[in-house]
Amino acid sequence: MPMTITEKILAAHAGKDQVVPGELINAKIDLALGNDITAPVAIREFNKIGAEDIFDRERIALVPDHFTPNKDIQSAEQAKIIRNFACKHKIVNYFDVGRMGIEHCLLPEQGLVGPGDLVIGADSHTCTYGALGAFSTGMGSTDIAAAMALGETWLKVPESIKFVFEGELKPWVSGKDLILRIIGDIGVDGALYRAMEFTGSTIENLSIDGRFTMCNMAIEAGAKNGIIPPDEITRAYVERRCRRPFKFYHSDPDAKYAQVYRYDATEIEPQVAFPHMPENSRPVSEAGYVEIDQSVIGSCTNGRIEDLRVAAKVLKGKQVHKNVRLIILPGTQDIYLQALKEGLIEVFIKAGAAVSTPTCGPCLGGHMGILASGERCIATTNRNFVGRMGHLESEIYLSNPAVAAASSIRGRIVGPWEVE
Amino acid sequence: MQFNGRAHKFGDDVNTDYIISGKYKFKTLDMKKLAKHVMEDLDPHFYEKVAAGDFIVAGTNFGCGSSREQAPLAIKYAGVGAVLAKSFARIFYRNAINTGLPVVECDTDQLEQGDELYVDLTAGVITNRTKGITIPAKPLPTVMIKILNDGGLAPHFKKHGGFNL
Repeated sequence: MPMTITEKILAAHAGKDQVVPGELINAKIDLALGNDITAPVAIREFNKIGAEDIFDRERIALVPDHFTPNKDIQSAEQAKIIRNFACKHKIVNYFDVGRMGIEHCLLPEQGLVGPGDLVIGADSHTCTYGALGAFSTGMGSTDIAAAMALGETWLKVPESIKFVFEGELKPWVSGKDLILRIIGDIGVDGALYRAMEFTGSTIENLSIDGRFTMCNMAIEAGAKNGIIPPDEITRAYVERRCRRPFKFYHSDPDAKYAQVYRYDATEIEPQVAFPHMPENSRPVSEAGYVEIDQSVIGSCTNGRIEDLRVAAKVLKGKQVHKNVRLIILPGTQDIYLQALKEGLIEVFIKAGAAVSTPTCGPCLGGHMGILASGERCIATTNRNFVGRMGHLESEIYLSNPAVAAASSIRGRIVGPWEVE
Repeated sequence: MQFNGRAHKFGDDVNTDYIISGKYKFKTLDMKKLAKHVMEDLDPHFYEKVAAGDFIVAGTNFGCGSSREQAPLAIKYAGVGAVLAKSFARIFYRNAINTGLPVVECDTDQLEQGDELYVDLTAGVITNRTKGITIPAKPLPTVMIKILNDGGLAPHFKKHGGFNL
């Protein structure tokens, strides 16, 4: 029977020749992930279940990235729980401040996830790694606790929805715009429980960073995972990074899909998702007159080198508007260093931006850029829920890095062509 | 499993930031403290109003957003007996079962704020005593019933020494 890429990866990890949507399987995992919010709960549950040891000290990744560098005493205590656990169990992939990055930027970069992998993480944006042709999904801390002990988890095989994009993208249009457009069309529960598979000539030509952005936001449509067929672009990224052997899986031509959506990518403009849902997306040309107080470029969605390059291209020789705070957060130390080498950081600082060490900080209203009442922020992050970045009466507009950079110059939401 | 209580009605797409705001999540592992802030951005007095065994009743996609288990735990520790919704976000649904919070998929249009409900999870029936009607509940997957019956994944795991699904 024909299978999708998602079904093939799940079957392989369940030791089966075949799986069908709806089937419950027990699957071996290649990696389990936790951060400074979710890992302390996972560790508590791990101790509660009476587990003595972890299943594999090389297949657990712990990344304190949300409230680090420690925001206050309480977050410091949370981070300490992870540090002590990592030390006790000799966990190889524990990344502390100075060596860390935002988890979903860091793990692929460090070669800890690869094509064909099955990865679970106690963070909803774990679906990011589908960009490499892996099955990855977010779960809660208790599931991660069980996985840390056993190296396996139970899963329901999801149905798949296929999104086919054909044609060349317009200037300044990126993976972020494709995924915002999809969520705008299908809604925040449009892919509930399902796999989102992104294909077509546009995706084949999309950079690896653009692919990470697309799969990262699959959860914003309620999906279990997002996935992109691996190809030569994938190979070029993983070849020198992956620490384990990897395998390319592809959907059979006659695989079954619950739905198929087709897009003419040549018509898609940069998108802006208006408050307070990612599904409220519209072309930036239809944004109207929206003044902003802050712009944030970074996060597990758009904190990669390509994102910083695009932002620098827009900001070079320009000045951030006097009423705007522009905060730029490179996703990892390596991305930061690369940006420094390429002169991007200099561009940002000369333009009047604040550049931070990697952290999830402002995206979830943690620290490093909290909004006051009545303030508006354009952000390259992934959620614009009420109060997400601060005060209940603040507003978040989601966009790609070019739009966020251009808006920071103009002081209101504009496309990058308006500041060229 | 049977529960008696009143309905506390909410809308569609109640996200995890509404359930327990991100600003509290890092602060403590003490769920009783977190529970005081549950749903406060939608209803500042929810914690005071909710009685043990009461129900959260919502529309579609309840619990969308973050994977953090603090969301179902805060609801559970606030004394809520079960969450009834038209549909649930998948990570929240799984987390609820894992932490021992019953979640029921059903048509919630005929349940209103303050209605007296009797929920029989085993039989899969919700009785609205205020309106004198019954509504069928979508059955839970067998795997989840097993976990829920053991009180959550951690007790299940401890009891069986691993998954026994």
